[in-house]
Amino acid sequence: MTYEPVIGIETHVELTTASKMFCGCPVDFGAPPNTNVCPVCLGLPGALPVVNGRAVEYAMTIGLALNCTIAGRSVFSRKNYFYPDMPKNYQISQYEEPLCVDGYLDVETDGTASRVGITRVHMEEDTGKSTHVGVGGRIADASHSLIDFNRAGVPLMEVVSEPDIRSAEEARAFVAELRGAVLRLGVSDAKLEEGSMRFDANVSLRAVGAEPFGTKVEVKNMNSLRSLQRALEHEIERQAAILESGGEVLQETRHWDEEAGTTTGMRSKEEAFDYRYFDEPDLVPVEVDDEWRTRVAGALPELPAQARGRYLEMGLDATTAGLLSNDVEVGLVFEAAVATGADAQMVANWLTGEVTALLRREDTTLGATPIDGSVLAELSAMVTDGQLSASAAKDVLAGVLAGEGRPAEVAASRDLIQVSDAGELEPVIDGVLAENDEAVAKLKEGDEKVIGFLVGQVMRATGGKADPGLVNQIIKARVGGG
Amino acid sequence: MPVEIDIAKVARLARLALSEEDLDRYREQCEVVLEHAARVQALPTDGVAGTSHPLPRTNAFREDRITECLDTEEVLAQAPDRDGDFFSVPKILDEQ
Repeated sequence: MTYEPVIGIETHVELTTASKMFCGCPVDFGAPPNTNVCPVCLGLPGALPVVNGRAVEYAMTIGLALNCTIAGRSVFSRKNYFYPDMPKNYQISQYEEPLCVDGYLDVETDGTASRVGITRVHMEEDTGKSTHVGVGGRIADASHSLIDFNRAGVPLMEVVSEPDIRSAEEARAFVAELRGAVLRLGVSDAKLEEGSMRFDANVSLRAVGAEPFGTKVEVKNMNSLRSLQRALEHEIERQAAILESGGEVLQETRHWDEEAGTTTGMRSKEEAFDYRYFDEPDLVPVEVDDEWRTRVAGALPELPAQARGRYLEMGLDATTAGLLSNDVEVGLVFEAAVATGADAQMVANWLTGEVTALLRREDTTLGATPIDGSVLAELSAMVTDGQLSASAAKDVLAGVLAGEGRPAEVAASRDLIQVSDAGELEPVIDGVLAENDEAVAKLKEGDEKVIGFLVGQVMRATGGKADPGLVNQIIKARVGGG
Repeated sequence: MPVEIDIAKVARLARLALSEEDLDRYREQCEVVLEHAARVQALPTDGVAGTSHPLPRTNAFREDRITECLDTEEVLAQAPDRDGDFFSVPKILDEQ
């Protein structure tokens, strides 16, 4: 039988407000442990939470970007459970009346467009961070756990999708699109590896064409787009194998193991999920009127889909346009370069190629490098003017990234400026032609293939700095044939 | 209107280890509370909005401004155990 995966994704996004959701402690991920804490986020008796107004606005921008309805009234609830990283023994969240409902996000997977419904976007607070001490960092092997409450109370948005996703690739495209939107909105740094954006997936299989959903499994612990796709591909295969052999899929939570490439079931007690939600008595409802909603909607920046459309109109290919539109920092540098006359495709190729590779390798961000719009515009102009060959431009780019200076300085100090002066090249070319009678004779007979050899000889004689196009022209003019 | 309660489950959820006598005592007390709630629930409330807060107040926000935090030493002094500047807690069981 052929099965169809049914996937829904829950995404948690930490907001980059200055202070926490319900108290004035800083949101600062690099701080020493247990320094950004106060009676409110530690849940000390008598402490009262007060909602961070900016966090509500940030949540609204996410909802509006995801085409949600912003609820006129929403309330906070207590989600009760015990865990050492949650000092109050409940998490303040939204349950029955969330801030944003009924939206969608348009996604493109390998050139195919699809619309993924957004059930809701609600506000809550993050928990503290626990580190398990002992063999391999696994909970089961730990001797004890260390708790840092700096993250407790950081504003967290939960985005819940409808089960509209039908493949691991589409799931990946959905999260990439959502991440791009969040980055463009400027409400989160959305770092997957560091956990400021995290996601869980609900996966079930059903026979193609069947209406009812199969038993769903929740898959956790994916911390990159690649691991999301791998985990889902694995889980889909696992469930298909069970169904093929006549078995039943167990409703459970499974943990993705990146190294093993498999998911394993997590034991959990039935009643562990009895959260006993009730309205948070310490917080009054949030009411959003038309005026507020309209003001926030009017200030929304351009979203990835719109930026992608503009990039395609500039003549970029779909892949490059997608990469640039989903990373706002890189996209803005691209636009700054193009605005000063740089060649769009050339600059886009550098940014998505050499520059992105370096950022990954060095684990840094574009803002921390000397690359900006003016640097790329200068480099692009040097190629267009014939001062640099395409390959020399990449060397110059590497030099700029290594902090050797502006493109012109790097090109000069690395001796990469191309010789495009015919008067300077002609004596070299004449020398090469004189030494290669046989090739010249062949060229005269119309054997075009040897011209590449002759250009190569000139390039070698000039240490690779001759403009190959110009050399080609001069050789043809000299030999007369061709 | 008598209401039954699984008091042992409630105790487990609250991580309370109660003796049989305690369970009986709390069962009786909780059942009185639940009976009262059941009487209220039986009232006709069609068209009455839920009242989670007694006062008609909404949108109590604060500015996104950083305020002073507690001293780490003072905070850790409240805990039974620490490891460096972290709280140290017993091994976390595989449940949530």
